[in-house]
Amino acid sequence: MKIHEYQARSLLSEYGIKSPAWELAQTPQQAADIAGKIGGTVVVKAQVLVGGRGKAGGVKLAHSAQEAFKVAKDIFSLHIKDIPVRKVLVAKSVDILQEYYLGITVDRAMKKAVLMISAAGGVEIEELAKNNPEKILKLYVDPLKGPSEAELKKAVAGVFIDPELSVQALDTLLKMYRLFIEKDCSLVEINPYAKSGPDTLIALDAKINFDDNGVFKHPEIERLRDPEELTADEVRAREAGLSFVNLDGNIGCIVNGAGLAMATMDVIKLFGGEPANFLDVGGSSNPNKVLLALEIITSNKKVKAVLINIFGGITRCDDVANGILMAVKKLDLKLPMVIRLIGTKEPEGKEILVKSGFVVAENMEEAVKRVVELV
Amino acid sequence: MSILIDKNTKVLVQGITGRDGAFHALSMLEYGTNVVGGVTPGKGGQKSGELPVYNSVKEALAAKTVDCSIIFVPARFASSAVREAADNRVPLIVCITEGVPVNEMLENYYYVQDKGVRLIGPNCPGLISPGKAKVGIMPARIHLPGDIGVISRSGTLTYELVYNLTVNKMGQSTCVGIGGDAVVGTGYIDLLSMFEKDPETKAIVLIGEIGGEEEEKAAEYIKAHVTKPVVSFISGRSAPADKKMGHAGAIISQGRGTAKAKIEALNKAGIPVADCPSQIPLLLKEKRGVA
Repeated sequence: MKIHEYQARSLLSEYGIKSPAWELAQTPQQAADIAGKIGGTVVVKAQVLVGGRGKAGGVKLAHSAQEAFKVAKDIFSLHIKDIPVRKVLVAKSVDILQEYYLGITVDRAMKKAVLMISAAGGVEIEELAKNNPEKILKLYVDPLKGPSEAELKKAVAGVFIDPELSVQALDTLLKMYRLFIEKDCSLVEINPYAKSGPDTLIALDAKINFDDNGVFKHPEIERLRDPEELTADEVRAREAGLSFVNLDGNIGCIVNGAGLAMATMDVIKLFGGEPANFLDVGGSSNPNKVLLALEIITSNKKVKAVLINIFGGITRCDDVANGILMAVKKLDLKLPMVIRLIGTKEPEGKEILVKSGFVVAENMEEAVKRVVELV
Repeated sequence: MSILIDKNTKVLVQGITGRDGAFHALSMLEYGTNVVGGVTPGKGGQKSGELPVYNSVKEALAAKTVDCSIIFVPARFASSAVREAADNRVPLIVCITEGVPVNEMLENYYYVQDKGVRLIGPNCPGLISPGKAKVGIMPARIHLPGDIGVISRSGTLTYELVYNLTVNKMGQSTCVGIGGDAVVGTGYIDLLSMFEKDPETKAIVLIGEIGGEEEEKAAEYIKAHVTKPVVSFISGRSAPADKKMGHAGAIISQGRGTAKAKIEALNKAGIPVADCPSQIPLLLKEKRGVA
């Protein structure tokens, strides 16, 4: 789960990490009022959950309230990667003597959190990692012991040199790590972490992502969720406990298990079809989940046929069959449907469907071929 | 032989009184697995079917010998269930639960290592040595005893491939689902090394998916250390970048973890990769003919 920069700044501030004075505006007039209040030069920044806003013209300086009104108006008229800008952050602009980078994420190969420090901040860390990996210092954290302060101190001193700056950077990194662990983050990043005076370091931009598996522990984080991260259908699916991703094709898919759902999409493509979506109904599927899955998929007007591919383990074929019947009745479904059902409670599931006139395939590729022929 | 579990493995079920725990405890028993009992805090002294229920792993161990524990508790309690089993030195812990936070898994990964026990999962279907024992949620009837080892990050996709093997009379020695999360207790390489040593395993099917670089590392390992024939299937060729495809670990981020890169790495190590599940038996036949 992603959050906006302004939300990330608030969280950092809760952990005692400073960023220059800022407020959120939802209209150009509000932006002008805030600029007037802050005084001097401000930076107006689009708040969208996609990258590349700077290149798209979503970040601009303004030297007066009037100018803030004008640039905010321009930014509000933008669509950044198809997402309309609804909020802008207006922040005090500060002098930048040097830009550093601080970040924490999980290194899945090392199975440890990794702290990353660089004196070459300001650019995308991915680019830096690709072009100048030697400029990023990495420190792996023992998950059972936490970061070694002595090691960290040495590393920070090597990058920041100045003792006063090093003390501040070390303090910020430790606070970031505490935030990372306490809120189940998958990324905490300050970039740039700027030197704005001889002995001042300050966070000029922040990015915080959360582990989707951890959000249930933090209702205060769940409340930060912006529905714009997902399409309307994806939001409905998530609320129902379904994994769903919209795609461009015309074959609606309902599959149990992520690996099989991906493989089903792959095989549809292999046989010349185009999947309309990825949908994993998950384990322990109750009939209502199947009903909702069919509702979401068939509300997509592009969908010309539906493929249901269930290989029951923890999912029971009889549950799925009952869900299909409920959906056909409730939604008055007319779209052609190809059903493949095998595994736990398969005879019961098949019997339920066959009694209602459905043809049930046992073989996945046969089912995929049939649905591709239908569209 | 077979790896990790056999007829004699004594299995405890943590979360035995829940819907899934009860259902699968029974289905494991029916398969012939030596299930000795279950744990649900606060429900000690009750029975789940014929099986005794204990309040804690410790209490269960006082009454029974346990070689392996399978965990069905909700995500909120999964890490403490894993640690409880590890604290009591249960040698093999299989965590079926989906949705364990990754930061907890980082800790669990080293915690079980410190205790000298093995964790499989979380977010996995468990494992089965066909004809001997099943410690998991897979449908038993699709399996056939034989000499092929199967390793997979997925649940149902594993069933799909095993089904294709069985239909073609290619039996399995042991099938292990390692789990679909970014961090899991046991990886491909651990299991490849066990299968390489297992005299009953003659060939290996490695099932992967997008995300991470585990398949690439497995490919390197196979090239250097595995003499038995290996074939593979990778799902997610049609997955878009930066979208999590159900599994927490199945995401192409910053251009890394694509199906293409994995297939190339496997091919480079001499491992054929099937275009669709039904090709696996064919590739195995060819590869075993050569080997």
